Amino acid sequence: MSVNGEVLFQIDNLCKSFGANLVLDHISTEIRSGEVVVIVGPSGSGKSTFLRSLNLLEMPTQGTISFEGMNITDKKTDINKYRQKIGMVFQHFNLFPHKTILENLTLAPIKLLKKSKEEAEAEARALLKRVGLEEKENAYPAQLSGGQKQRIAIVRSLAMHPEVMLFDEPTSALDPEMVGEVLNVMSDLAKEGMTMIIVTHEMGFAKEVGTRVLFVDEGIIKEENNPEDFFGHPKNPRLQEFLSKIL
Amino acid sequence: MEDFKLRFYTNFIKDDRYMYLVKGLGNTLMITFLAVLLGIALGFLVAIIRSTHDKTGKAKLLNTICKIYLTVIRGTPMMVQLMIMCYVVFGKYNINKIIVATLAFGINSGAYVAEIVRSGIMSIDPGQLEAGRSLGFSYAQTMWYIIMPQAFKNVLPALANEFIVLLKETSVCGYIGMMDLTRGGDIIRSRTYEAFMPLIAVALIYLVMVMALSWLVGKLERRLRTSER
Repeated sequence: MSVNGEVLFQIDNLCKSFGANLVLDHISTEIRSGEVVVIVGPSGSGKSTFLRSLNLLEMPTQGTISFEGMNITDKKTDINKYRQKIGMVFQHFNLFPHKTILENLTLAPIKLLKKSKEEAEAEARALLKRVGLEEKENAYPAQLSGGQKQRIAIVRSLAMHPEVMLFDEPTSALDPEMVGEVLNVMSDLAKEGMTMIIVTHEMGFAKEVGTRVLFVDEGIIKEENNPEDFFGHPKNPRLQEFLSKIL
Repeated sequence: MEDFKLRFYTNFIKDDRYMYLVKGLGNTLMITFLAVLLGIALGFLVAIIRSTHDKTGKAKLLNTICKIYLTVIRGTPMMVQLMIMCYVVFGKYNINKIIVATLAFGINSGAYVAEIVRSGIMSIDPGQLEAGRSLGFSYAQTMWYIIMPQAFKNVLPALANEFIVLLKETSVCGYIGMMDLTRGGDIIRSRTYEAFMPLIAVALIYLVMVMALSWLVGKLERRLRTSER
């Protein structure tokens, strides 16, 4: 895995507050192409807010985020164009319930990338095959299991050919026996060199697939390291406490 | 029995009196149809403005205008609105009464449609908007392709109910000197001095129309529901 790619995200003094509540407190870091960054931390620590800031689902109150050298927090940036490059997978899948699986996958490529219906469908079918759900193309989301829905949500994002994939607790809403199938898809994606930023509680996955792990607590990155040292030799007392509770 | 036949004859056949009902029905249907279209257009527009304001905090001025519209229209009787439209707004102009009635009923219906549609939009999981936006759709595109189709499906029964109410409410058209179905029946009553026959006929015609409408909506609803399971 190449972790020494060019800098994709340059994040400087990112702050986000909801009213008087400061959720992100001057976060600075950079994320390089090909990295698989796993973000862990207690609930309410700001890790989801940080992830959602990266595609501006949360507008930062202060600080800047640059993507490939372009300041995306600038008001003049075309947010919609930018978001096409950033895939996002949600905890609750958020598939479109009124559309078939195939339509879920082809809607954005047809409308936004102006692909022909045939081209978009051919590509969607290839993606469905890749996650083993090719026979579900005419099903509706309500007919799928949680694990299947999340795999569809991942390929729906991939259909836009994103440069980065964001995962916001992708397995937290799943039954335990379905977690594996989703993590497998994510591992494959990481092996192909996709840049990924993942908020998760799956520590085993973080160890195995992550190239870097961030510990976010009280809106601050309290520790960041490679997975081996992060889990083997945690330095921050809050992280030690956190790990002792969950491992 | 003979008596019934004779009464039927004097009320409907003699002097082609049934034509009062036919012409009245034509006007009722025409006003209802046009008012439904106007109501949908106005209602969706207001609903989108209001829910956009609720979700994003934008469009403050437009939202205030919409709120005034809703308060005034829902706070005053339909009949008064109709008479104001006819004798105050268009009082000095000699304008087709169908247009006057269509405007009054459409503007009235729009207020109710707006609140129905807005509740439908607000009932959609915010995750749907986020999913659409994260794929790169604009707010308007997400509304159009993702939120509105789902919202429409959810509010279809309530919307149908509103249009049934509208159809029946047009029966106050007589107050601005228009001959709708109700007025048509009433004219017959004034000619034959008999209430039973013409009024029951009018009631039956409304009933049949409402039943047909309900049946149609039920069919549409079932078709839209196929995606649920």
